[in-house]
Parts: sequence; structure tokens; C-alpha cells
Amino acid sequence: MTSSMPTTYDPSPDVGHDAVIHASGLTAYFGEQCVVDQLTLAVPRGSVFAFLGRNGSGKTTTIRMLLGLLPPTRGSSTVLGVDSRALTPAVRARVGYMSESHSLFDWMTVGQSGEFASRFHPRWNQRIFDSVVGHFRLAQRAKAGKLSRGERAGLALAITLAPEPELLILDDPALGLDPVARRSLLESMVYVTRGAERTILFSSHMLDDVERVADHVAVLDRSVLRASGSIETIRAGVRQLVLRFEPPAAPPSPLPPIRGLLHARRIDNELRLVIAAPDGDTHRAIRSLGAASVDDVPVSFADAMIGYLGDRGQQGFFLENAVLEPAGGAV
Amino acid sequence: MPLSVAILTGSNVPIYRQIVEQVCAAAVSGRLHDDEPLPSVRALAEQLVLNPNTVARAYSELAREGVIESRPGRGMFVSRRRQIYSGAERRRRMEQAVTSLVAEAFMLGYTPAEIVELVEARTREGSPSASGKPSNKGGAR
Repeated sequence: MTSSMPTTYDPSPDVGHDAVIHASGLTAYFGEQCVVDQLTLAVPRGSVFAFLGRNGSGKTTTIRMLLGLLPPTRGSSTVLGVDSRALTPAVRARVGYMSESHSLFDWMTVGQSGEFASRFHPRWNQRIFDSVVGHFRLAQRAKAGKLSRGERAGLALAITLAPEPELLILDDPALGLDPVARRSLLESMVYVTRGAERTILFSSHMLDDVERVADHVAVLDRSVLRASGSIETIRAGVRQLVLRFEPPAAPPSPLPPIRGLLHARRIDNELRLVIAAPDGDTHRAIRSLGAASVDDVPVSFADAMIGYLGDRGQQGFFLENAVLEPAGGAV
Repeated sequence: MPLSVAILTGSNVPIYRQIVEQVCAAAVSGRLHDDEPLPSVRALAEQLVLNPNTVARAYSELAREGVIESRPGRGMFVSRRRQIYSGAERRRRMEQAVTSLVAEAFMLGYTPAEIVELVEARTREGSPSASGKPSNKGGAR
């Protein structure tokens, strides 16, 4: 980011510490079930960091542990240099958190909700509150309880942004938003990056949104962190190879182990492999498959992410075995 | 004319590359004039709803390719004497254009000799006009 960007942010005492969030071996069990498994990551200061994962992959649990709302079973984390389990009100005041459920008081109007929240934040910027509320086309006199899901998100976002937190944590902010509200959300996030030192951590499963506004991404799949880094690094590390087989040769089934294989999809005589960081071993394994041709085709950000999030191992079209029964046929 | 860039997410082409290609195309076609100022990184990021780092990366790539230049204190401008593409990139683009021309010609049933003849005729006419459609005369089987 260039230095010409205006910022309203005051450098904090812990400058030089380039990560605003550090998690080390963070683990959560709910009873016997492992929900987050030894998660280690760093969120760089000034980044827009997307936390990607399917529903139930452990994103919310991770965020709650980071914020000290849930004690980890094992491991530890720091936020703004302070242990998550010992966040003081002064540190919390520098963090804006918007939960999935948008905690609002239904009996308050939009305007009253802002006024109420402002009492807890010495650094409350009413202009930001009013612009976000306006952006989402909320009437100041509307009751919070009567707002739609998207409108509630707008109000919760306005309350979260108005104190100009240096770290913004948004848990699935796009959940249930219509395309217009989603765009307003993204615009608000881009607006926040005007402060070069401000950091946003947001969880999402909207790949298009992440590709637009994020510069870093962590991929959580079934409790385990699969990848973490800048979008360009992750994207550059994922390759898509298309192997064509000349009949009678066919893609082997099952596939032999291929190092880095994220996803394999077989359609007729073609095998598409999505591979993370292929090396010599990977290429040897691929050559041994005996394909007539191997083409390295460009992979989109979405394809790369679905490679990480989808099921591993060989797959056909997922409905391949769901053979349509003739009408009236026995099941 | 104001810069107009359309971003496609989910594409094989990274977003910063889409910006580079569209600004290049606008500069080559004259839709962006020499010396025309470009929006700031901040302004374009907000206009396109993108991470500013993505726009900054596109601009630095464009500056490296000589399409735009930074004028200290005044921002980014379309370069006057532009060497739009570096040697390797220039070659790559030409190869790409030739490959698609030849593929299309073969598909339409033209012979190599006929393709050469048409290309020669076309280059003798000078640089293509914006509206000029290639002549459809001669050569078809």
C-alpha cells in the first residue's frame, strides 16, 4: 500500500510486531469431537485476511477462541500482542467484532442502537455510523427488531465500524445478504482499508468476495488448516493438469498416490487433477499414469480453493453413481 | 474518456492481470489518450470494489511495461512515448495472435499458402482501421 493513503490510525506501542493475530496449535474439542485441530497462523498487520471454509469447518470456534470468548482445549493465541485469555478492556476497545448472530436490541431504533453503542466507545465516529446506515438504506427510526437479515447486518456493521477499530473481525458477515447488501458490505470493507494499518479478518464461503477484497487467505477444512498465505502465493502454488487417455487406455482407478493431489475428477477419458505445489515426485507419479497428453491449464482462484475444500482423492462427477431409474423402476 | 474496467471474479485470469490487460488495450486503441491521468489506487479500488493492493500491483506492472508513468506529486498518467510491451511479452502476444489466426484459418479450410497470401495483402494495406473487417474474397475452398 502506498504512503499517500490517508489514515486516521494512531500507531500503537506494539509497532514492529507485524502480526496482529498469532495462533499457535490452537485446538478445540467439544466433548469427544475435535472442532479445531492444532491451528497455527499469523494475520499480518494491514491485511484483509479471509478465513475460508465450509459450514462447520471450525471458523466460528476459531474466532471465538481468538477473542477469548471460548477457552482453547490446547494451544494459545494472541491478539494485538496480548494473550487471548487475558484481553483487557483497553485491548478489546481496539478490536471490532461482528458475530454471525448480530447482537442487537430489537426494541431499539437504528439511531438509538448507534447512540447506545457510542457510550461504550470513546472513539466513536458518528459520520461513519451514519454513512454505513445510509449505505444499507436503513431509516434511523426503524426498529432493529423489524429489520431484514441484510439490514440487521448493515446496522451491526455500522456499530462495529464507527469506533474505527484497528482490528476488525467479521464472522461470516455475508451470511444471508442479498447481492446489493453484499456489495455494500464489500464496499465498507474496502473503505476500512483506507487506514493502511487497519486489519480485517473475516470468515466467508463466498469465493468471489474473497477474491475481490482479500489479500491473504487461510483455508480451514474439517477442523484442519489446509493452506494459509497471500492469495497470489496460494494461487500460484496450485496447478491444474488435464490428462487425456487414448482408448483402450483409461485413467487408472483407483489412482496411485500423487504428492500434493487436492482433487481429481474423471470425466470419460479425461482426468483433471488439482495439485498443490507439485514437485519431481508429483510429476513422476503423473507420468506413470500413461496419459496420451498432459496439459497444464490455468486455474482460477475459485478452482484452487475448491481444490482445498472439496473431497480429496479420486472422484467422478458426484452424481455419476446416482443412476436415474427408469420411471416406475424398483429402487 | 474515463477509464472503464470490468472485473470478472472466478476467472482464470487474476484480477490484477485483468486490470493490466484492459488498461493496455485502452491505451493501444486510443480510448485512453496520451498524458491522460489515471484514477489513484485508492479511487480505482473503491470504484471496482477491490483490495487496493490488487490495484497497486496492476499499476506497478503497467508502469514496468511502460504503459503508464508516475509523475511525482501528481499521480499516474498514460505514457506518451510508450514501449507497451517488453521484448518477451511482445513476442508472447504476437505468438498468441498468430496461433489463434492460424487455428481459425485451418478450421475454415484455408491452406498455408492462402493464409500467407491473405496476411501479406492485409499488411500491405497498412495498419488495420478500427472498423475494417478482413476481406472475405478468395481462398475459400
